[in-house]
Amino acid sequence: MSDPNTTLSTLIKLNDLAGGLFLLTAFGLVAMRQVLASLNLFILQSLLLAASAFFVGYQHGSVHLYTVAVITLVTKSLLIPWLLRRTIGEEIYARREILQVLNIPTSLLIAVGIAIFAFFLSSPLLSASGKPFVKFNLPIGIAGLFLGAYAVMVRREAVPQVIGILSMENGAFFSTVAISPDLPLIAELAAAFDVLIIAFVMGLLTRRIHQRVGTTAVGQMASLKEE
Amino acid sequence: MELIYILMIPVLVAGLSLIPIGKMFAPVITIMGTLMILIFSIRVSFRAVSGTEVVALKNWISSDSLGALILLLVSFVGFTAAIFSWGYLERTAVVNNPGKIRRYYILYNLFLLSMLVVPILSHVAIVWIAVELTTLLSVFLVSFESTPEALEAAWKYGVLTCLGAAFALMGVLILYWGMSISGKGPFTWQGLVTASSSISPMLLKTSFLFILIGFGTKAGLVPLHTWLPDAHSQAPSPVCALLSGIETTTVLYAILRLLPILRAAPSIQVEAWFMVFGLLSVGTAAFLLIQVKDYKRLFAFSTVEHMGIILVAAGLGSSAAQYSATFQMISHAVTKSFCFFAAGSTLLSVGTRNITAIRGLIRKSPVVAVALMIGGLAIAGAPPFAVFLSEFSILKAGMASGHYLVTSLLTLFIVIAFCGILFHINRMVFGKPTDLAGGTTMATTNIVAMGLAIIPVILLGLYLPDPLCELLRFAAASLGR
Repeated sequence: MSDPNTTLSTLIKLNDLAGGLFLLTAFGLVAMRQVLASLNLFILQSLLLAASAFFVGYQHGSVHLYTVAVITLVTKSLLIPWLLRRTIGEEIYARREILQVLNIPTSLLIAVGIAIFAFFLSSPLLSASGKPFVKFNLPIGIAGLFLGAYAVMVRREAVPQVIGILSMENGAFFSTVAISPDLPLIAELAAAFDVLIIAFVMGLLTRRIHQRVGTTAVGQMASLKEE
Repeated sequence: MELIYILMIPVLVAGLSLIPIGKMFAPVITIMGTLMILIFSIRVSFRAVSGTEVVALKNWISSDSLGALILLLVSFVGFTAAIFSWGYLERTAVVNNPGKIRRYYILYNLFLLSMLVVPILSHVAIVWIAVELTTLLSVFLVSFESTPEALEAAWKYGVLTCLGAAFALMGVLILYWGMSISGKGPFTWQGLVTASSSISPMLLKTSFLFILIGFGTKAGLVPLHTWLPDAHSQAPSPVCALLSGIETTTVLYAILRLLPILRAAPSIQVEAWFMVFGLLSVGTAAFLLIQVKDYKRLFAFSTVEHMGIILVAAGLGSSAAQYSATFQMISHAVTKSFCFFAAGSTLLSVGTRNITAIRGLIRKSPVVAVALMIGGLAIAGAPPFAVFLSEFSILKAGMASGHYLVTSLLTLFIVIAFCGILFHINRMVFGKPTDLAGGTTMATTNIVAMGLAIIPVILLGLYLPDPLCELLRFAAASLGR
């Protein structure tokens, strides 16, 4: 058995790597034009979330977090993509979203601002706990949450909007693995079930909108508004 | 045990609604199920009146007086809306599509279940999931009529409230973090109140803001209310009664539960946040009410207004104000569901949602016109209806606690909303009748539902039964520390 301190620092480095990549995928979800690429990025993001849960779990020797990693792997990187592809026709994924609400360089600039804001927001919270992983996971999780919300606002296609919402939950759980690794398993399971229902319901609704209205550019639907 | 029955009945009825025998079966069994739920909720409330907590499963399923109050509201509106649904669906285009009617009742029961679950769960993380499920199970009820507008409304509803829910999730998780730092205790509403003074105020505040934004989106608080008038006007009318009458109330309940927790740290000034967001909602809704063209949107904006009023009342702080806030929750829920029944009947009898196209409704269908007039007067806050009494007690409590500016602004906005609502309703009910070709007659069940729904609207304006008064008092006390 190697020295526990080296193990810890290796784990922290690995976790930091996962976190950095996680943030990068969150940026990607804002900027990626192709619908299919958004979905693939979401799968990658979920894998990174599972990896972080695994690293933190290894450090705490927590079977609980291993379970969380497995649940995440199964639901978010297998079942949800399968559901989204199953409910929505294949041709939608081949689509490229030319017109976002803002052009992509502007959008990315704002996204950077949002990420900095997330770090700013979480810095006073960090003093509350001395756990080694919190320092990194909390701000990145909050940044993931905000960037997901931002992606929902600027994307006009239905599928990237749904993926934006799902990635917000990924962000929240990315913080959770560090800040409250002992959340009851029933809550984790219920939350996993909940994201599945989100994917299913919104996927079906997208299909119905496509059949009935003939478009999935939901951002351009504006028949209901105040005069 | 009643609490377990309350949870099992909707599941059972939803399962039975799947069986394809006759088009009467699903509606009848849903009405019977909701009636049983109502009876059980009344029994739970009677036990909660004495101030004791009704426990079915410790730290998971239990109901105190505030929970019992919400449970009572949900089951009452669920019952009347089930009766209204029967006649409403028979009069709309889906009547020849038994599969679609069955799907409606399955979703109806599951949606009702998710709203019944929110007040009787104690574990906060599970409450969050229940709130999220109320959205997901009602999305297809909003899009039920499958018009492009209904689909658009359902999409906005789903996306915006899920977005809000993700923020609320972050808030709940930060709250859990604070709880686990401060030492172990059950992560329940009660456990949080006990532990709140040892949770770092910084964590409490951050988590509060996340939850206020998140659940506030779903309760329809300005500026994140934009989906609400769409969803609450495009859904079938009995569903609107559920969405506007009780769904918003159950979400607001989850926000109000934070009040005693946050009062542990006076530096957060939770009351000020409540009053600012509340006034913003009341004011915005009051002005938007004036320009509506669709009478269902009119009532939807009135929901935004009333959510604001309840939030302001809870923020005023004194125990009289808390009492009036819980009273306002009841009077709004019963009155608004009645209003949407009246609006649904109007839609059935004239076939249009456009306010300007309707004149002299009283000549064409007197029953509908009278119902609409009563609904308008009652929700606007005219005496002798329940909303008048509760709004009056809020304003009185506001003056008594010395919040003169807040109270006078609130009064001003309520008066503007009053004029806005009655201006539109008046135009529809009176005047020279226009030629309205479309429309059918109402079913008996529609009239029965309205007859039942109007009872508390009038009764609570005249007299508050003693047990209910006690329940309100205990519920108000649980908002304080």
